[in-house]
Formats: sequence, structure tokens, C-alpha cells
Amino acid sequence: MSATLVANVVIAGVLTGLVYGLMALGLSVIFGVVRVVNFAHGEMMTIAMYAAVLLSGAFKLDPMLAALPVAAAFFCIGYALQAGLINPFITRPEHSQFILLVAVATILTNVLLMVFGPDARSVQTDYQLDSWELGQVIVDKARVYAALAALGTTAALFAFFRFSRTGTAIRACADNHFGALVTGLNVKHLYAFTFGLGAACVAIAGCMMTLLVEVSPTVGPSYTLLGFVIVIVGGLGSMPGALLGGVLIGVSEALAGLFIDPSAKSMFSFALLIVVLLFRPQGLLGRKA
Amino acid sequence: MSARARALLVALAAVLLALPQFAGSYLLSVATLALYFAYTGQAWNVMMGFAGQLSLGHSLYVGLGAYAAAAVFTKFGIGPWAGAWVAIALCVAAGAAIGVLAFRFGISGVYFALLTIAFAEFTRIGFDHIGWLGGPGGLFLKVGQRSSWDLANLRGTPAMFYYVMLALTAGAFALCAALLKSRAGYYWQAIREDEEAARALGINTFRWKMFAVIISAAMTALAGVFFAFYYNNLFPEQIFNIGQSIEIILGPIVGGVGTLFGPVLGAALLTGLADALNNLVAAMGWDIPGVKQVFYGIVLLLVIMFLPNGIWPPLARRLGLGR
Repeated sequence: MSATLVANVVIAGVLTGLVYGLMALGLSVIFGVVRVVNFAHGEMMTIAMYAAVLLSGAFKLDPMLAALPVAAAFFCIGYALQAGLINPFITRPEHSQFILLVAVATILTNVLLMVFGPDARSVQTDYQLDSWELGQVIVDKARVYAALAALGTTAALFAFFRFSRTGTAIRACADNHFGALVTGLNVKHLYAFTFGLGAACVAIAGCMMTLLVEVSPTVGPSYTLLGFVIVIVGGLGSMPGALLGGVLIGVSEALAGLFIDPSAKSMFSFALLIVVLLFRPQGLLGRKA
Repeated sequence: MSARARALLVALAAVLLALPQFAGSYLLSVATLALYFAYTGQAWNVMMGFAGQLSLGHSLYVGLGAYAAAAVFTKFGIGPWAGAWVAIALCVAAGAAIGVLAFRFGISGVYFALLTIAFAEFTRIGFDHIGWLGGPGGLFLKVGQRSSWDLANLRGTPAMFYYVMLALTAGAFALCAALLKSRAGYYWQAIREDEEAARALGINTFRWKMFAVIISAAMTALAGVFFAFYYNNLFPEQIFNIGQSIEIILGPIVGGVGTLFGPVLGAALLTGLADALNNLVAAMGWDIPGVKQVFYGIVLLLVIMFLPNGIWPPLARRLGLGR
């Protein structure tokens, strides 16, 4: 096994990991503000992937471009979901929230199954098989585009939270729910807005993901679990943590696939999760609760 | 327990005991499944309903219990009654390991729940790579159902399996009723309501939370043993699946977390609902995969939205049964 091969695999892992990171970022933002764990996250991602596949099939729309309308639609759906369905549950016990979102996830997965059938689908682009050669290292174009889009979205989200008034208000809600209410912030609206942002993140991640893998209705739960692993490793509620966690998991999956067995790759992710939970339960970049 | 509740229990027991006399094999298999979920739900309820520790990875104990009993049976010819002790020992060890790690490091709430998922998933993928136990290809027991009863080897008619599951469910119910009235039960409820306050009162919260995990794991192990000998085939993908964990906890949550009747009622309703949907979908000719689960999801959504404490507490009030 040559060093070049390892380098290739690690680079691919980092690039895929950035897309994973964007997906997990949505989960992390929602938990960090609304304090609800979105157990339907992977299912939402799957729907975004189907949207990209359909737009690509019907209008020859590149997933990179499809990401924009899909993200806008997901923002609205996320907003409605939080305002209509989840908001009454934010004061309920965790197991109640869990069942609510499991029910949502079940409905989403099986509606996809009803409409599209169990077969896997994928998008076709003309750059999918292209790659750049840097010396001996080969980098897939699609992977680079996907990773750049993920990084761009993350940067935009970061700027939004840092500089915009709404973003600042959302951070205030996250820091002190009661204080936010007292100062007259419309917390319900801000929570729904946040959920919309999280949904938009997962929408863009889903569109990018179609450049890398195919999609079938039943992949949702494994993406949900992947999202959990990443945010816990990086730090639930931490934005840079989600990205770091994504890259770590992306690389560990790629290396486990290369050195051991592709079917064992997520075992290492879960092992990493268990180790992090035990020794740094707030995650690598998380703040202590 | 009030006199009315006791009368209800006796009536229920009479119906359940007589069921194989008039039920066909199909109804019997549905009833067995309902009892299986009533039992596992009761076991999960000890941890979450009594002690307030949310486990989303109970498939771990079902799977370990099933594989332990099946492995000693197929590889060494050791029968299920001895194998059950192996299963219990293994599950108690796993539960204790998770408990010690989590509670010593102060992991609680969502983080604890995710840790239990992580252990179950880790084990699922691990079992896919244990060639000795068949890996992803599955582990098979010799065909189980016969015309005569062989309780020693858990080989017999569907009615025998039904009665075994009924006995387990009744035992679990009695055990939980006793636990709830014991010192442990009161400590658990104190921990569930306010762990800090419980510790301030001098309760060794670590010890009692461990006790809850161990009891729950040991009970679930027996469900795994039953699963192995009833279905006669085990696949890591199926038995350690997070879907299995979710199915286990739906019953008690729909029925009423922390109540004795809740897990039983919830399991009966949900199993009945799933079966009715099966028949409805077949009768209407909607033979598209996924239809049934969509209905199921919608019903679940409605229950959790409008009956946040489950169906049993309001029903018990209506029937004048107290709690």
C-alpha cells in the first residue's frame, strides 16, 4: 500500500467530511438554539437528495444550482415544522420529543418509499468522473465542488450569526431563553427561523451529497446516526465543532474502508463517539454545559 | 392497587389464559407479538419510567441475549434454560459497563440516550464481523415449532410459545409492581424527579441508577432468548437495529411512561394497530411498500401530540382506577 494511495484516500475523506460537516451543522444549530435533537435529520437529508435527483432528471439542473431552490424550500418547511409541530414540545421531556420526531421520520421515509419505490437513484453530471492530478495525487472534481459549497455555506451561516441582527438575536435566545423573552424577542419566531436555517443546511448538504453517492428511501436513519456521531464528537451546539467532527469522521471512515473493511467503517465512527463521550462529553470544541 | 384495578387484572388474566382455546394460529401469533412488546416495554420502563434514564439502545440487550442463548444451544447443545443465564450474565455485564461509564462520567439526558444508541450500533456492526456466529448471513436454530410441547428445549406448538411469553409478561408485571413499592422504587422515582435533590437526601444515585440498568438489561435478555427460539433465525442487521429499539419503547410511551399498565396497553394497541393496517392495506389493494408505516407514523404523531402522558393515565382516571 503506497503513500500516494493513503494520501488520495485521506483527501477524499476530508472533502466528503466537509459535506458531512454541513449536514451535522444543521443538527447542531437546531440543538444549540432550540434544544431539540432532530431525530428526523437524516430523513430530511434524503428528501433533499431526492429533490436534487428529480431536478437533475427533469430540468438537467446541476445539483450545485439545485441547492439554492431546495434550500429555500427547506427553510420554509423547517420554519413551518418548528412553528406548527415541534414548538409545543420544547418544554416536554426528551422522550416525548424523540417520539414526535421519530414519527415524522417514519412518515418521511415511507412517503419516499411509496412515491419512488425502493430502488437507488443518482444524478448525472458531465464532471462527475473528471479529476485533477496534482503530481501523483488524484482529486475528484465533484468532491472538490461539493466540499467548497459546504465550506461556503458554513461561512455564510457563520457570518449570519456573527453580524446580522437576527443572528445575534438567535444567539441571545440560545444563551438565555428567559432573558430573551424578557427583552421582548419573538422567541417562537426565532426558534422557527433557526430550524429553517438548520433545514436549509441539510438541504444543501443533501444536494452536494448526490454528487458523491446514490440515494434510496431507506438511507435516512444512517444519516441521522452519522449526524449524531459528528455533532457529539465535535461538540453539540458548536459550529466549528460540527465541521471538525465531519472531517474527522470522513477521514476515519475512508481509512477504515481502506485498511480494514468498508463494511466496518461506521464501527470506527461509533467507537470514536464512545471515546469522546467518555473523556470529553461536551465534544472536542464544545463548551461545558 | 385498588379493588377495581385488581378485578380488571383478574379478568384480563382469564381472557389471556383462555385465548389459545378459541384463537386461531394467526391471532395467536399476533397476541404473542403483543406480549413480547409488553414484556420488553416493561423492561425498558424500569430504566426510563421508574429511574428516568432514557435508553434508545435496548436492541443491544435483545440481541446479546438472543445471540448468547442461540450460540450455546447451536454450538454446545446447551438448552435455553441454562442458556438464559448466559444471556442474562452477558446483558448485565454490558448494561453495567454502559452504566459505569456513563454515570461515572456524569453523562445524562440526550447524551446518555445517544451513548446507548452508539453501543447498540457498535455491537450491530461488530456482530456482522463475527464469522463464528454467521456474521451478516445470520445464525439459525433447527426448526422450532412442533406438534408436542418440549419446554426443556423451548420447542413446541405456537400455543406453548404464547404461554411462555404470557408467563414472562406476567412475571415482569409482578416484578415491576413489587419494585415500584420497594425502597428501590421510591429511590428511583426520587432520582427521576430531581436527581440533585435525591442526592442531597443521601440517596446513592450512582448505585440505584446502576441497579435500574442491570434489572432492565437482565429482563430484556430473556426477551432475546425468547426471540431466538421463537423465530429460529438471528441477523445482526435486524436484531440490533435501532428500529428494534424504537419499537420496544413505543409501547410504554404510547401507553404511559412510568405506569404498570402503560407498557401492556401500549404494546397491545400498537401491535393491534400495525396488524389492522396490514389487513386494511391488503384488503384495499394498496400494495405499495410504505403505506402501512405512513399510517402508523401518523397515528403515533397524533397520540404523542394529544396524549403527552400516554393513553393509560387518562383512561385510568375515566375508569376510576386511581393510578
